[in-house]
Amino acid sequence: MDNVLSIVTFLPTMAALVLALILRGEDAVAQLNAKRVALLATVVTFVISLFILFGFDADNTGFQMVEEADWIMGLKYKMGVDGISVLFVMLTTALMPLVIWSAWDVKTRVKEYMIAFLLLETLMLGVFCALDLMLFYLFFEAGLIPMFLIIGIWGGKNRIYAAFKFFLYTFLGSVLMLVAMVAMYIDAGTTDIVQLMAHDFSSETIQVLGFNIIGGFQTLAFLAFFASFAVKMPMWPVHTWLPDAHVQAPTAGSVVLAAILLKMGGYGFLRFSLPMFPVASANLADFIMVLSVIAIVYASLVALVQSDMKKLIAYSSVAHMGYVTAGIFTFNQQGLDGAIFQMISHGFVSGALFLCVGVIYDRMHTREIDAFGGLVNKMPAYALVFMFFTMANIGLPGTSGFIGEFLTILGMFQANTWIALVAASGVIFSACYALWLYRRVVLGDLIKESLKTIKDMTPREKWIFAPLVAMTLLLGVYPALVLDLIGPSVTALLDNYHAALPMMADVATH
Amino acid sequence: METIILFAPLVGALVGGFGWRVIGEKPAQYLTTGLLFLAAILSWIVFLTFDGTTEHVTILRWIESGSLSVDWGIRVDRLTTIMLIVVNTVSALVHLYSLGYMAHDENFGDDEPYRARFFAYLSLFTFTMLMLVTSDNLIQMFFGWEGVGLASYLLIGFYIKKPSAGAASMKAFIVNRVGDFGFILGMAGLFLLTDSVRFDDVFAAGPMLADTSLHFLWTEWNAANLLAFLLFVGAMGKSAQLFLHTWLPDAMEGPTPVSALIHAATMVTAGVFLVCRMSPIFEYAPQTQMFVIYIGATTAFFAATVGLVQNDIKRVIAYSTCSQLGYMFVAAGAGAYGPAMFHLLTHAFFKAMLFLGAGSVITAMHHEQDMRNYGNLRKKIPFTFWMMIIGTLAITGVGIPLTHFGFAGFLSKDAIVESAYASGVGYAFWMLVIAALFTSFYSWRLIFMTFFGKARGDHHAHDHAHESPLVMLVPIGTLSLGAIFGGMIWYNSFFGDHDKFTEFFALPHHAEVEMAEGHGEGSGEAAADTHAVAADTVAETATDTHGEEATHGMAPQGAIFLAADNTVLDDAHHAPTWVKVSPFIAMVLGFLIALWFYIWKPETPAKLAKSQPVAYQFLLNKWYFDELYNAIFVRPVLALGRFLWKRGDEGTIDGGINGLALGIVPFFTRLAGRAQSGFIFTYAFSMVLGIVILVTWMSIGGGAH
Repeated sequence: MDNVLSIVTFLPTMAALVLALILRGEDAVAQLNAKRVALLATVVTFVISLFILFGFDADNTGFQMVEEADWIMGLKYKMGVDGISVLFVMLTTALMPLVIWSAWDVKTRVKEYMIAFLLLETLMLGVFCALDLMLFYLFFEAGLIPMFLIIGIWGGKNRIYAAFKFFLYTFLGSVLMLVAMVAMYIDAGTTDIVQLMAHDFSSETIQVLGFNIIGGFQTLAFLAFFASFAVKMPMWPVHTWLPDAHVQAPTAGSVVLAAILLKMGGYGFLRFSLPMFPVASANLADFIMVLSVIAIVYASLVALVQSDMKKLIAYSSVAHMGYVTAGIFTFNQQGLDGAIFQMISHGFVSGALFLCVGVIYDRMHTREIDAFGGLVNKMPAYALVFMFFTMANIGLPGTSGFIGEFLTILGMFQANTWIALVAASGVIFSACYALWLYRRVVLGDLIKESLKTIKDMTPREKWIFAPLVAMTLLLGVYPALVLDLIGPSVTALLDNYHAALPMMADVATH
Repeated sequence: METIILFAPLVGALVGGFGWRVIGEKPAQYLTTGLLFLAAILSWIVFLTFDGTTEHVTILRWIESGSLSVDWGIRVDRLTTIMLIVVNTVSALVHLYSLGYMAHDENFGDDEPYRARFFAYLSLFTFTMLMLVTSDNLIQMFFGWEGVGLASYLLIGFYIKKPSAGAASMKAFIVNRVGDFGFILGMAGLFLLTDSVRFDDVFAAGPMLADTSLHFLWTEWNAANLLAFLLFVGAMGKSAQLFLHTWLPDAMEGPTPVSALIHAATMVTAGVFLVCRMSPIFEYAPQTQMFVIYIGATTAFFAATVGLVQNDIKRVIAYSTCSQLGYMFVAAGAGAYGPAMFHLLTHAFFKAMLFLGAGSVITAMHHEQDMRNYGNLRKKIPFTFWMMIIGTLAITGVGIPLTHFGFAGFLSKDAIVESAYASGVGYAFWMLVIAALFTSFYSWRLIFMTFFGKARGDHHAHDHAHESPLVMLVPIGTLSLGAIFGGMIWYNSFFGDHDKFTEFFALPHHAEVEMAEGHGEGSGEAAADTHAVAADTVAETATDTHGEEATHGMAPQGAIFLAADNTVLDDAHHAPTWVKVSPFIAMVLGFLIALWFYIWKPETPAKLAKSQPVAYQFLLNKWYFDELYNAIFVRPVLALGRFLWKRGDEGTIDGGINGLALGIVPFFTRLAGRAQSGFIFTYAFSMVLGIVILVTWMSIGGGAH
């Protein structure tokens, strides 16, 4: 299979087309068929994507399975994966069947719902596979539309506000990125990402409107990309769209948002910012690390006082993404390995946590923490699963959450001990908010009348959690599965980065 | 064999947690208990046959990232084997005891299966504790460290319906996390400087760390002192030392067998184990060692004072544990690792026994824990009574002064007090002696209030008080053997006899150490001079081998490391007689005062409390630590969270950005037409427009070049 990446990327779209063109009717049978087609398509996509994983040669740090073709209007179609992106592809294909399955009980506009998720999968996979700037931008931006619709149509009471907020934040960031992309094309004469990574963008100080811009072009382009990626992460202080989006999004939407969409920012930093603008990255690293550790503490403190479960977990996501950005900008192996690991791990763990909220939301139709209490008495299986992911979320060793957090702290300690100290304080705060949430929702006696008849998880729900539990444990006990894949690519990335620095610095001083 | 010891409890945990649905609740309990006995027996075999050679077993790769490379592995040396017998013996006996204790628990309904779950947690705890003590590197140790925290959390909160249990379990986990925060930073620092987290590599770097300065936060620190301190913060959390001790008394919310196993015998001693394990670093960190001594001594004193006035039988023993841990830390800080581990061992026996005995009393009294409602129980539960007496004799340190004949605590505690004197820190010595007096007082107070005097409280409970079933009494009886003989059996190995001590911990002989030391620090000639006459050839070879190794970074030989200038054990042996008898005198005084207060003149305590209300309230409220922490941590943090959320997120950030964005965009949207779908249109339109401009540029200009 020479074009396995394209097959995997567009297979969900094919299924979406089938649904859109062939499936008719709104009755129960049609709904079931829509769900079945979607589930089948995502499962097949996952199975085919295994060929990518097993065909991937970790020691080869270049791009693999590259496909290249001319496309419309002089644009190029180029796809490929390296040790960093291959994992995000796998994360996406592995999670999507679970997402579809978790949406089994949706009753309104099922067909369109499924189509939205299938399209979203294509676009997300495209982001991680694209090796052409314009192609990347298309996937990156177009991905907003299905997510916007998922929140706006199938969301909660305030869905319109949340959808717009989500849209505006992410969109405004991207506009700047587009401008930078144009400038990069003008400078380098190509939109090929591989060539752009090898291109030396000028870091000579330039004057804009009377201001001296140190690092010149690199700094400006870096900041433009930063505007987009920082919102996507999301980093403090542009994170406020996330809690609102999560609260209003349907469960499946939240899972995709937290587990995959948030990773695009981190991926962007690794794919563009570090390799293409090394001087600017080095200059702005302290700034970004400070923002990151502010995010860790700030978001944790805010999470502590939330009364809405989803908001709490959303803020916890912001805190966890702080480890990612801080880890990336340590520019050392442990920091970067940890950041990538943290993203993969967070994909499983936060996805599972939103599913946990979904389980009881489906039963009680509220996310208010105060509406629950004592669930363990009626839902022991749920209590166990929720406990497991709570512990993974606070980074208990043995779960995947620990590896990423710990490696990034190791990395930060080498870069700056203040940063490491503040980041490490996150392990205390995360225990506070996560355990307190668990205690209020699950522990205690079951007193509330409304909860007396609540039922434990159905077999379907248990089976959705099973692979997530397995992955979280597996990656915690044997993280080599991920670290072996990313290690060589991260080493190469860092070598190039460090090689670029002194040379660039020379240029800058002349 | 080590692998079986390690994984038998894990299998037990899985059977107890999941397998009971298949094989039934009773068989699951028996099976987990059986597996623990297997592990315990094997541990004793390992302990008794251990020949001193450190053994490494690699199980599986774990974390590899750049130069960081860590495996799951087992390290067997003397420290490990000591911990193996402590953990597995107490755990197996507690499993057995729990068969009786947990058989009928009124906190659960008849239809609620809780027993297998309890055993699963106990076994899970044992597994993680074994991971902690058998670890070959810091990160795996941290896995065990946090793992026992999880098990402790689950077991403290075992009575899921009780709000107080939920609160206590959360508090325990969070306070421990404060300690872990230090542990993590310590590991990160060690990795930064030694490029490894394996014990052998880290230990070999001790001399290097002593000469290295590390920039941490605002200034330069001596690396060995700083890193040892950070690790010790972890130890303070786990071992409930002053400032991070507040969780331990609350942890008594858990079922009593849990208190015996986790919060007395094993988990809370992990901090002491850590300091002993890291002795090759601590020996080079004199200031941190001082800190350890002062914290330990102060904790020993503080906890003992609080223990004087508590009325809940379990809380008395909990504060006693806290206090005894302080003793161990004083020894460990003074470089007397032998006595520290010795007391850890004997304390595990007699404290587990006291807790299990208290559990027996509590069962007899229908879950009444307030000693004010006990009294005159010695006739009702005679076996428990005698066992508690043995435990009390052991903890208070009864023995024949100036001989090596006495209960376990007599030998180990006196060894610590002598070491404290030898360390030269007078404060520590006097604190420990005073604490010994208090220990004796509150321990006898517990006995007198429980078993003597008049029956108080609910008559019904007293009338129906009965001895516990055999399955609960056998473990107590077994532990009593350790409490009686444990001290006398191992006294020489841990402390008393220089040669036996050296052999027991597989230490190199003294000459070799000094040679290796001297050479490593570049003053080999001076050391060689002193020994040249005595052992010409030996010294030569020693310099060759060990000197070479030291410079090439070999880990010191043996389970613990004693720096060349560490003579605390010898000094302790030569302590003056008045030092050696002082703990005994303190113990007798404490006993007499307790006798006076609770037997001869039982009205004295109430009078004293009335005449000294401030002091009494201060002690009764545990020096107001909880209130203080609430005021300076909990409430401000919550208030800050609320402020950041309402003012920061919703006020400033949203207000700012939304105002900007939601002001501008609808303007464009209106331009484009209809309100909502119009927005999508605007977006798609602008995106397409952007691409069109770009493509046009590319096609026309062909790029900049």
